[in-house]
Amino acid sequence: MLILSIALQSLRNRRATVLLTVFAIAVSVTLVLGVEKVRTEAKASFANTISGTDLIVGARSGATQLLLYSVFRIGNATNNISWRSYREIAERPEVAWTIPLSLGDSHRGFRVLGTNHDYFRHYRYGGKQELSFRSGAQFDDLFDAVIGADVAETLDYDVGDSIVIAHGLGSASFTEHDDKPFRVSGILAKTGTPVDRTVHVSLEAIEAIHIDWRGGARVPGMQVSAEQVREMTLRPRAITAFLIGLDSRLSAFAVQRYVNQYRSEPLLAILPGVALQELWDLMRTAEAALAAISVFVVVTGLLGMLTMLLASLNERRREMAILRSVGARPFHVFALFVTEAVVLAAAGALLGLAMLYGSLQIAQPIVNTHFGLFLSIAPPTLRDLAVLGVVIGAGALTGAIPAFQAYRRSLSDGMMLRT
Amino acid sequence: MGETMIRLSDVRFRWRRTDPLVLDIARLEVASGEKIFIKGRSGSGKTTLLNLLGGVASPESGAVSILGTDLAALSGAQRDAFRADHIGFIFQMFNLVPYLSLIDNVTLPCRFSAARRRQALDRAETLEDAARDMLLRMELDVDALSGRPVSRLSMGQQQRVAAARSLIGAPDLIIADEPTSAIDAELREAFIDLLFQEARAAEATLVFVSHDAALESHFDRTIALADINRADLEG
Repeated sequence: MLILSIALQSLRNRRATVLLTVFAIAVSVTLVLGVEKVRTEAKASFANTISGTDLIVGARSGATQLLLYSVFRIGNATNNISWRSYREIAERPEVAWTIPLSLGDSHRGFRVLGTNHDYFRHYRYGGKQELSFRSGAQFDDLFDAVIGADVAETLDYDVGDSIVIAHGLGSASFTEHDDKPFRVSGILAKTGTPVDRTVHVSLEAIEAIHIDWRGGARVPGMQVSAEQVREMTLRPRAITAFLIGLDSRLSAFAVQRYVNQYRSEPLLAILPGVALQELWDLMRTAEAALAAISVFVVVTGLLGMLTMLLASLNERRREMAILRSVGARPFHVFALFVTEAVVLAAAGALLGLAMLYGSLQIAQPIVNTHFGLFLSIAPPTLRDLAVLGVVIGAGALTGAIPAFQAYRRSLSDGMMLRT
Repeated sequence: MGETMIRLSDVRFRWRRTDPLVLDIARLEVASGEKIFIKGRSGSGKTTLLNLLGGVASPESGAVSILGTDLAALSGAQRDAFRADHIGFIFQMFNLVPYLSLIDNVTLPCRFSAARRRQALDRAETLEDAARDMLLRMELDVDALSGRPVSRLSMGQQQRVAAARSLIGAPDLIIADEPTSAIDAELREAFIDLLFQEARAAEATLVFVSHDAALESHFDRTIALADINRADLEG
């Protein structure tokens, strides 16, 4: 208690350098906790995006690529699946349901997904949660669109608004399907998944807007109006991927093998959990690099503290001699320096934690709109507390260096400095 | 009274085994209650003698005993505790811990010694009162001074704070090392008078080390360090 009180008064006396040191440690702690937060939230968000789906099927490519474009709307498919193959696989006895996915168009930066009503019936996210509507209803008319919560919020759309879908991806597409505008029929409730950032239309609608298109451009001289297209029979020719729900998960491998050995076109079926695991493995190096950088930043912060304590050693010799003369033991001198280091590290750790929550408060909406990642503001995890503990412990160890020097000096100096 | 406060017999000291002797004293005795003046220039082994008396340094041979206790028989921690309990120090200058308040500087010995704390509390309600009382006795206006950092006090004021600290909790022995060399000549006498008065009130033995022979006349006895130290310090 005595040493702590002396240490606190000593630190208060050196406010300016102390505050800078504490701030440096705090920044490093914020970085470590922040990186960890983003990492775990990103993982959780990925893991939460799909639930209850047993297999994902797409054209043959990499498992990670298929997972990314079909579920996370990241990247593009290299090829399509013919409608015939899709139906054949969907009608196998083991298959309980399927959700067809047709990608490739966008609306002001948000991806457009062609699907059918099974999407709203069978798609599950998080802990097997169903999609629900905030307002409006599923697409019913050919040119109806159901938009995710973020789409509605960002673009300020309401049920009944008219939207135009652009061909291809990217927010500044010049080729728009402006002859066939859509009407917002429903807005989904927030899910915290890429669904929030998706515009959903029917497969027939995808077919309809491309009816006078071939190979990414309008066919010259061929103009089919929205009214004309309603009269036509629209059957999708191909889809990008589809999700499969099985009656029994036990048949997953059998169906996967069946798809992977499918004769008429090269297809790939993946188990979402396994593909996700592969994705984590892929990201492990990057994670390790980030973790290493954060550790070095903490080391830098502590080195700043070490510099400060070592620099003060000389000017504090007199003070140590005085303390010795009134009965302080060399151990007290050692404890004084270690206590100062621990107080600095602890203050840095706590300030860092506070700064983390402050920056989360600010970053949360920005990260959500730009990256679709929802950073929850939750109490610190055990791991966070462990990080704080390690920082404080490392602070104590760092403090032991100047403490030991002061200890040795006070042994040799005694009460009188030999000058 | 009359008992021995300090006794040094055949004390030899060197900093390192290969260094020459810095102190070689056959015999030095100070009786309890005595006011003794030890005269010595810097480099005469003064610093060493004070470190030995404080139990911070140990002699190579011979015995240093204070109040009949042989310091060599104590462990390092016990010597530190002994020093805290029985000895008050005043140094030449920079006596105060710059970041502690006026009061905290004075009460510092009571924080490290239960005996000093107890004795201080015998005379006052709280340690702060005891410190206040001691400072008033040293003719310092506590209320006027306690607002500012102690490093802003004048040298004379700082020395009197140091004296108050050395006296709080009534230690048996006050060791003052050139306490007046940094103060103006006209304040010197007043400081010594105060110190004497309070040392007498506390029934403390006073060992006053200085090179300033002009102060000699105030003391019961003078010991010239050069006369008793047989170590050859001229190099």
